[in-house]
Amino acid sequence: MKLDQKIYGFRRDNNRVGIRNYVVILPVDDISNAACEAVANNIKGTIALPHPYGRLQFGEDLDLHFRTMIGAGANPNVAAVVVIGIEPGWTQKIVDGIAVTGKPVKGFSIEKKGDIQTIADASKAAYDMVHYASGLQREPCDISELWVSTKCGESDTTSGFGSNPAVGNAFDKLYEINSTLLFGETSEITGGEHLVEARCANKAVAEQFMFMFNRYQDMIERFKTDDLSESQPTKGNIEGGLTTIEEKALGNIQKIGKKCQVDGVLDKAEMPTGKGLWFMDSSSAAAEMVTLCAASGYVAHFFPTGQGNIIGNPILPVIKICANPRTVRTMSEHVDVDVTGLLNRDINLDQAGDKLLENLICTANGRMTAAEILGHQEFVLTRLYESA
Amino acid sequence: MIQFIVHDENDSVGVVTVEGLKTNDTLTGWIMDQDKLIDIKINQDIPIGHKVAIRELKKDSTVIKYGTDIGRAISDISAGDHLHVHNVKTKRW
Repeated sequence: MKLDQKIYGFRRDNNRVGIRNYVVILPVDDISNAACEAVANNIKGTIALPHPYGRLQFGEDLDLHFRTMIGAGANPNVAAVVVIGIEPGWTQKIVDGIAVTGKPVKGFSIEKKGDIQTIADASKAAYDMVHYASGLQREPCDISELWVSTKCGESDTTSGFGSNPAVGNAFDKLYEINSTLLFGETSEITGGEHLVEARCANKAVAEQFMFMFNRYQDMIERFKTDDLSESQPTKGNIEGGLTTIEEKALGNIQKIGKKCQVDGVLDKAEMPTGKGLWFMDSSSAAAEMVTLCAASGYVAHFFPTGQGNIIGNPILPVIKICANPRTVRTMSEHVDVDVTGLLNRDINLDQAGDKLLENLICTANGRMTAAEILGHQEFVLTRLYESA
Repeated sequence: MIQFIVHDENDSVGVVTVEGLKTNDTLTGWIMDQDKLIDIKINQDIPIGHKVAIRELKKDSTVIKYGTDIGRAISDISAGDHLHVHNVKTKRW
């Protein structure tokens, strides 16, 4: 498949390319959700990203909160941002982080004003931002300028020889044109960690990967009360025929194809500093992982599923790919790319990878994904430990 | 018609890819890596996506899929048996 054609995206001031053009109303903390949702209700063409955290966090957990908030606002699928928090300090910190991209961003804090005045002031700012954003035009961009992430969910055995290798094939082709790619799901590599380690570009990257892998294993060993059967694999995975974490992991890592090297390792919600395939330490829970991908700056997401995970994200379009004929029959409205043909040898992996890339190009040009049309906007923050 | 898929000919298991398979059905499987076909008679009903043992596995032996260790048998398993959480466990955690 020819990947030298252009897609039509939004080129931002920092030269990153977005495929959506959101004006986001971003709460710093849980108690500012109501004001954000009120602004989003007042001003058409905006979306609020409510979430349950942001108070009394500390240390690495607080750093992750700021990275996630700033990363979501900075994402190239976002044209402009209104930030609302209870107090001005943390609000300004998030505003400053997003402002580095050059996009319009304005912060509002509620103390000494109350919700109603804050909503009025923030609505005026949001109004101007919608005029600004809706005046922007899509322009021709290279496919390699799209940052593409992947994570699978409600996997079954068809994921391992169908939808995941199809993503792997598409990733191999995107890697060849020098794209910026990402995978993660640290616990779901258990049993295949030696295979990922062997794919790392050099010894330093391999060591960083194994550090992240072992750190996650230590966390599981610390908190587990059994062998995690029913959590990893999940009940849905088991229903779909996956028996052990090792089997699930070996299917999972089919997503990184056969040719890509792992060029770098990121902590949660960190931004890549160069092209290639990046591993991000992350939970394997779908909404948490996809939210971290959005915060890391990714603009399109490949989500292979077996039993039919229905997840979406408010700012990162999620493209679902499925090889299970029962799921495609019973949940067709959730499936963007049907690769069931792989199971009866009607299509080969090369053709399945191309089908996925064709869908990526359409999605990049503005066609909505199944999850977008169905209103799936799961914005779920990863927490490392309790608040103080 | 293919009714199950095996990743590699050294694997212990194949995955059923069609619905409605019943005890004593004889299935045709495709071994992907070597592009070969094999037949096996199944000893229980096996749902789509679930695994069939394609060789005998003694208790405590290692189950191989993708040419790699995916866990251990917790009871003796015969060729044609439904292989899942009732007779195989993880070696991790």
